[in-house]
Amino acid sequence: MEFVTASPGTTTVLAADTLVEMYQVMVLSRRLDERVWVLHRQGRIAFHISAIGHEACQVAAAYAINRGVDYVYPYYRDLTLSLALGFTPLDFLLGVFGKAGEPTSGARQMPSHFSSRALGLVSGSSSVATQVPQAAGAAFAIQYRQKRGLQRPDDNSQPRLALTCLGEGSTSQGEWYEGMNWAGVHRLPFICLVQNNHYAISVPYDHQSATPNVADRAPMFGVHGAIVDGNDVLASYQVLREAVERAYRGEGATLVEAKTYRPVPHSSDDDDRSYRPREEVEAWKKKDPILRFGQRLMDEGILTEAMIADIDANARQQVETALREAENAPYPAPEAALGAVYAQE
Amino acid sequence: MAEMTLIQAITTAMDEELARDERVFITGEDVGVRGGVFRATLGLHEKYGGDRVVDSPLAELSIVAIGIGAAVSGLRPICEIQFADYIFPAFNQIVGEAARFYYRSNGVWNVPLVIRAPYGGGVGGGLYHSQSVEAFFTHVPGLKVVIPSTPYDAKGLLKAAVRDPNPVLFFETKKGYRAIKGDVPADDYIVPIGPARIAREGRDVSVFAYGMMAHYAGIAADMVAAEGVSAEVVDLRTLLPIDRDAILGSFRKTGKALIVYEDNRTMGYGAEIAAILADEGFEHMDGPIRRLAGPDVPGVPFSHPMQEFFMPNPEKIAAAIRELAAY
Repeated sequence: MEFVTASPGTTTVLAADTLVEMYQVMVLSRRLDERVWVLHRQGRIAFHISAIGHEACQVAAAYAINRGVDYVYPYYRDLTLSLALGFTPLDFLLGVFGKAGEPTSGARQMPSHFSSRALGLVSGSSSVATQVPQAAGAAFAIQYRQKRGLQRPDDNSQPRLALTCLGEGSTSQGEWYEGMNWAGVHRLPFICLVQNNHYAISVPYDHQSATPNVADRAPMFGVHGAIVDGNDVLASYQVLREAVERAYRGEGATLVEAKTYRPVPHSSDDDDRSYRPREEVEAWKKKDPILRFGQRLMDEGILTEAMIADIDANARQQVETALREAENAPYPAPEAALGAVYAQE
Repeated sequence: MAEMTLIQAITTAMDEELARDERVFITGEDVGVRGGVFRATLGLHEKYGGDRVVDSPLAELSIVAIGIGAAVSGLRPICEIQFADYIFPAFNQIVGEAARFYYRSNGVWNVPLVIRAPYGGGVGGGLYHSQSVEAFFTHVPGLKVVIPSTPYDAKGLLKAAVRDPNPVLFFETKKGYRAIKGDVPADDYIVPIGPARIAREGRDVSVFAYGMMAHYAGIAADMVAAEGVSAEVVDLRTLLPIDRDAILGSFRKTGKALIVYEDNRTMGYGAEIAAILADEGFEHMDGPIRRLAGPDVPGVPFSHPMQEFFMPNPEKIAAAIRELAAY
């Protein structure tokens, strides 16, 4: 399988202002994420699970699909992806503090369980890979509507594919195999983006699978497979955009494996020093997706150092403003725990 | 008005819902050209095509999960699990996912999904074609659990389940599929999910049951009536949400309760009814609250004498009614 690492020429792929927007989302995600780690270390919040290191493939995924329209079944690390779809720092921070008005679950779920009907982001659980066969079901529904004439195939006001994300450890679950199998059998408009950061908490990839790459398993499902440098925005975008166009053309599903790394512990409750050498972490930090993308945009004359500093200051400002608002927000009424058990017709 | 078997009423309900609403589709193992191993989807593939009556891979969790994703996307899936015994691979998708979707999204995403499965023993099915699994699911808020005992209710309740905005588990007594017959109107009627039904009025003992056991309870009530014992049969129909008013209303009248289910006795559905009666019906109690159920063994044995030993039947129910009436 081809490992896509070489970035295509930037301006031939995306407009300069779009590239800057993608960079802004990545920086916003990073600053927000780092701020929440600090809040946790200060004892002000209970839990955080991070997207740091995964920003490139996530922002690429959001911009490759029809953002806010196509279905996205995310996992807990998809902060950057969610922000790129239109989720806000305040939305996220209300969840981090468990405050009233939290938009994904009314603060019932732990943080990072992204959901928004308006953004096409579908609610998930903490149980890994459960979202994969459900996303295949959403893709099945799209195909069903198109076949039955309930939706025109070129109607871009309707979802035309379902994208789901998960980590490489989650590909050991039966749910993943069964979801991928449906995607293959029915040639569904479906993209499975595996963000392979090489560790499922502490367990390295070679303890998950004997296949050298996750995407090596694509042929067993009869779907297209691709491996990409997940820390490279443009390479990730290229591969994901091909998958999107394949889905839109009705040519079936794609399994995309984005090789990346999380330079931080699995969650705020984890200590990664017990299972991986510091040298490995430091080596990956040199491949930081935001540094790389920023340098690339400067090399191409799209950004300057001053613009990058502005983007950074602006992101910090947005985070601090949202943080004040979230901290000042009230908690939900205790009895709010009783609501929304059954839907009424 | 035509006489139908239980399974014909179920097929009719699906046929009518497929015709009524283009969002309705069926998936499951062998539901297509084969028409289901029990023939519940007989003729539907031919009539509606393979895009709407979809043979699934032999993998239960994805039958349910595909249904969840499609339901969340606005379709109205009917998922068939070939035997209730095989629902466990889908347990996490039902209990962890479908049941919690609405709550965990604070009312934003709902799952209008029906999961049908034949349940129960007495058919030579052994450990893995005889199970009653309702108690695993009636413990779970967010689910609805329905078990009809008549063709009339089967059609009306299944149509209600298809139109319900929540995940509904619809368990069908496989022993009753062809053994139970009754009149079924041709019109598009609904039996609402929720209310129990007083299948037979009586004074002396209330018998609470569902599915095949509700059918047997009616036969047992006939048997004891000849001896002057008046048994009231409450067919619960919907197990979750539970119809507390109907249960307590009957108990207030008789003061005596026999709860019949073919699941294992301990921690079975009858335990909750007993608890409701003990808690909220205490001042009306005029005898022990009795449960007649399967023994606490890990399955219904295959060999006929052992199977019959396991299963409640009209004779056993009649004996339990007599004993309670005489108390």
